[in-house]
Amino acid sequence: MSVRGPRKGENYELSVDLNSEYREKRKDAIKRVIASMTVGKDVSGLFPDVLKNMQTDDLEQKKLVYLYLMNYAKTQPELVILAVNTFVKDTDDPNPLVRALAIRTMGCLRAEKIIDYLCDPLQKCLRDENPYVRKTAALCVAKLYDLKPELVIDNGFLEQLQEMIADSNPMVVANTVAALTDIHVAATSQPSTSSSDPGIFIITTSILNKLLIALNECSEWGRVAVLNALARYVAQDEKESEHICERVVPQFQHVNGSVVLAAVKVIMIHMRGVRREELIKQLVRKMAPPLVTLLSSPPEVQWVALRNINLLLQKRPDLLSNEMRVFFCKYNDPLYVKVEKLDIMVRLASENNLDALLSELKEYASEVDVDFVRKSIKAIGQTAVKIDAAAERCVNVLLDLIGTRVSYVVQEAVVVMKDIFRKYPSTYEGVIPTLCANLDELDEPEAKASLIWIIGEYANKIDNADELLGIFVDTFTEESYPVQLQTLTAVVKLFLKKPDSSQGVVQRVLTTATKDCDSPDVRDRAYIYWRLLSTDPGAAKAVVLAHRPPISIPRTTVSPALLEELLGEIGSLASVYHKPAETFVGRGRVGADSVQRKGAEFADDALSTQKALQTVVAGQQAENLLDFDDEPATEGQPSGLAATEVLSQTPAAANLLAGTSSNPLDDLVSIFGGAGGGLQASAAPQSSFGGLAPFGSGFGSNPMSPAPPQATSPGVPMGGASKSPAPPQQPQDDLLGLF
Amino acid sequence: MISAFFIFNQKGEVLISRLYRTDFKRSIADVFRIQVVSNSDVRSPIITLGSTSFFHVRINNLYVVAVTKTNANAALVFEFCYRFIIICKSYFGKIDEESIKNNFVLIYELIDEINDFGYPQNSEIDTLKSYITTESVVSTVNAAEESSKITSQATGATSWRRGDVKYKKNEAFVDVIEVVNLSMSAKGNVLRADVDGHIQMRAYLSGTPECKFGLNDKLVIDNNEKGTTDAVELDDCRFHQCVRLNDFDATRTISFIPPDGEFELMRYRSTSNVKLPLKIMPTVTEIGTTQVQYVITAKTNFNNKLSATNVVLRIPTPLNTTTVDCKVANGKAKYVPGENVVVWKIPRIQGGQEVTLTATASLTSMTHRQVWARPPIDVDFQVLMFTASGLIVRFLKVFEKGNYQSVKWVRYLTKANGTYQIRF
Repeated sequence: MSVRGPRKGENYELSVDLNSEYREKRKDAIKRVIASMTVGKDVSGLFPDVLKNMQTDDLEQKKLVYLYLMNYAKTQPELVILAVNTFVKDTDDPNPLVRALAIRTMGCLRAEKIIDYLCDPLQKCLRDENPYVRKTAALCVAKLYDLKPELVIDNGFLEQLQEMIADSNPMVVANTVAALTDIHVAATSQPSTSSSDPGIFIITTSILNKLLIALNECSEWGRVAVLNALARYVAQDEKESEHICERVVPQFQHVNGSVVLAAVKVIMIHMRGVRREELIKQLVRKMAPPLVTLLSSPPEVQWVALRNINLLLQKRPDLLSNEMRVFFCKYNDPLYVKVEKLDIMVRLASENNLDALLSELKEYASEVDVDFVRKSIKAIGQTAVKIDAAAERCVNVLLDLIGTRVSYVVQEAVVVMKDIFRKYPSTYEGVIPTLCANLDELDEPEAKASLIWIIGEYANKIDNADELLGIFVDTFTEESYPVQLQTLTAVVKLFLKKPDSSQGVVQRVLTTATKDCDSPDVRDRAYIYWRLLSTDPGAAKAVVLAHRPPISIPRTTVSPALLEELLGEIGSLASVYHKPAETFVGRGRVGADSVQRKGAEFADDALSTQKALQTVVAGQQAENLLDFDDEPATEGQPSGLAATEVLSQTPAAANLLAGTSSNPLDDLVSIFGGAGGGLQASAAPQSSFGGLAPFGSGFGSNPMSPAPPQATSPGVPMGGASKSPAPPQQPQDDLLGLF
Repeated sequence: MISAFFIFNQKGEVLISRLYRTDFKRSIADVFRIQVVSNSDVRSPIITLGSTSFFHVRINNLYVVAVTKTNANAALVFEFCYRFIIICKSYFGKIDEESIKNNFVLIYELIDEINDFGYPQNSEIDTLKSYITTESVVSTVNAAEESSKITSQATGATSWRRGDVKYKKNEAFVDVIEVVNLSMSAKGNVLRADVDGHIQMRAYLSGTPECKFGLNDKLVIDNNEKGTTDAVELDDCRFHQCVRLNDFDATRTISFIPPDGEFELMRYRSTSNVKLPLKIMPTVTEIGTTQVQYVITAKTNFNNKLSATNVVLRIPTPLNTTTVDCKVANGKAKYVPGENVVVWKIPRIQGGQEVTLTATASLTSMTHRQVWARPPIDVDFQVLMFTASGLIVRFLKVFEKGNYQSVKWVRYLTKANGTYQIRF
């Protein structure tokens, strides 16, 4: 027996009451023990006293004692043994509730000593005449497996569960399925199981039919379990896929949102096997209304639904094409719901609903939450980039917003305008004066950098461009690096476009950047420009003023392979996060064989990663040849929005977008990949660029009349140039990166 | 699946804690308290830290929390949390810190019953109430028989109904409750108008009655009786688990064996031809920087015999409002500084009537002038015997072996509750 505490204090009083001769007093004491337990007080010392109250006719009291046992069985393994007799006796009780309670609790005790006594009663309960006991026993097998798998296998419980799938009671079937799935998952996640082992719960055609029958009869939670099992079934042929889809579709009408999403999952999986276009259309059509209805659920369920709708739309953009209005944000929606709705609204944007969308977005831009306002403005920019016909109206809305002169609105609008300029060059130059008028309002680096980029890009159209840029050159050393880089590039652009008036300013910026700047990136870029300008202004023009590839909105935010995987997990955490489960379920699950499996599944990805790696190796070699090569290469490069567009063409890059890439090099790789794709035109390497050939060759294709060399500073001090290799991915990315 | 289930109060104290699986210790509750309860900037209902995910639902200053370590079914976890909340409301009439503390024994019983090893089990309130009660149950021989019945009900094909129900008077009440969602733009365009409908049924019928339920559903009516015009187009319907979904999918008939007592038979959504019961016409003008003038007119848009009751308009005022001078002919209007709104309560407006509020808000001058975001006007109301969608119950047929006569009652109610918003 455990050591008794002192003869006073709360626990002592409880102990006295627990041993009282009056029934009510004892029961009351148990309640108090449970209350102490809940708030985290240690009442484990009362174990023997509580245990004495276990044998009772009072069901409520029994449950309370069991609750206590579940909590403390682990800490008092020797004493638990005393409870075994009562448990075993209870599993023979005439009352099925008592039988079920006993078997349910025994499974939760988790004391080594008691497990061996569990098998016989469990055997009996699995065959109980009462379905309530059977369904409880079925889950108890999973509990036992979690504790001691050998016992389950040795006692033949697995076979028994397999038989129970054919049980006449749908609830028993549902729990059996849940238990088998649980065991299956636990078993397959063991590193020891070889990949040839197909697992414990294989769904055969005969099981399939039993599941389909049980589906219509069991409780809502049971339906989810059954649907999950159906999702794992591999259909033999097209007919079977069609059959499953047809049987599952009625579940869309279930009131429980998790049943609806589980049904959507099954349909999305088995639809892959369906070839009849007309049936696919019908399925997709039937899917839409239930998804929309999920939006009248409580906010948390809504959010899960919205994240999943986002995925579904990436696969089937036409799914909800006429339903944009239901995604309009309510003023009192929680922020996480609003943000998600915004994303879906942009996805659903088309020429038909443009006006409604823009007036909504404009409305949101006047709300209170800064984050939401910014995202709304971003959404306007995305709409403009997505739909050509929308651009002008978007620009007008942005101008209205800039007119509000609310600092963060103006700044975000400027950032967004830059993307519109990228997409539609030389179309909205009329806006530039308005933007420049707000120069003083800008205090965030991204907004500043965006405006500077615009000024540099249109330097020849802005009369006082040198003056405007001069402001930033004056404060050059105080600015953040992205702003410095942009200033540098913009001034060089200005110089190349208007050499006469800006010689002074370019000289000033290059000197400051090379002498007073402590960022190697900025210094390096300045040296390169300096060198370029001094040796071959023609080449400088080709590099700095190179034509940029157009940008567009990526249709998917995850790679196609990942998208398929996530669609197979609709409703789960993975589908909410848009990330594969391995990234947040850390059980050391990613064993060698699972990597192999993944590798086979996503062969495309692997291939492109390899290609990308080769590119990067090539890039590194080139880098060795000439220290500077990376700089101009990036300069002429698509970045930000542009990069994302180019990227999404290659799976590896798309992988990167999803943030799932395991290879840190992918980051670099995709940039290079993009450049390679965009710029491998005719090769006409400039002499001074010999080493640049792998990326730079494209620049030469721009026909140029070399400007007379306005040699600014011939003797560039090269000492500082032998530098640490700067990462090819330039900060310019951040500044253009809308996504 | 769900490994642990907690209820916290606002301060982060554990009111209920139950571990369903062993991958957590109770101390995981502290992690939640630190990361979520005491963190003011939580912007997602799911927080994942390492491989542990916390799902939380906030209700009346309580946190209902489910914890898992797996790639759990997020939709299911939240549905489960909400089901728990509904069960508590049904048992205790409300859910708040006090009711949880007073009933913790019962709650432990409940959460033990509705979830086993992390898998949700039968959570039909009526069934639960038959064997989890506030009075203690003594296990006698009689009780054992009774329990057998209960358990076979709880797991049977009609888990929601006992077979031996008897009533002297067989009655069924059907309540059609519609919630109107409206957002109207400042220019008076309807941005979004739709109806979320619930059909609530209270069945006091003997035996095992087989019910058939008919609505003026356009798809049904168009097939059968051509030429009827008052049919309603339902975008989507969802049913209580007692309704045979296959029948509905094939022929759109709603047939079921109802649970005994109250339950939600179906939910539906309708977006076409929504009749808006109240028309709100706001004119809000900012006069300089010191005054805002309001003229708000509300007009009912239904039959004279009906009336809207409990009408409450919440009219936002700028943040720097000092006083508001309101003039109303109907109801009462009051400025609530804490919420920056004028609350205008009108007990009743007859059909076809019009009521107006005129008000002037005086503002203090501010050094930093920020543009007023103008949140929308929010309207709450109830209209009895009116459906915004135009839905009507055409029949409810009851077939039973006993062949008894049954009485059926139908009520309609249209309401808005934080969902009827007019921008200005």
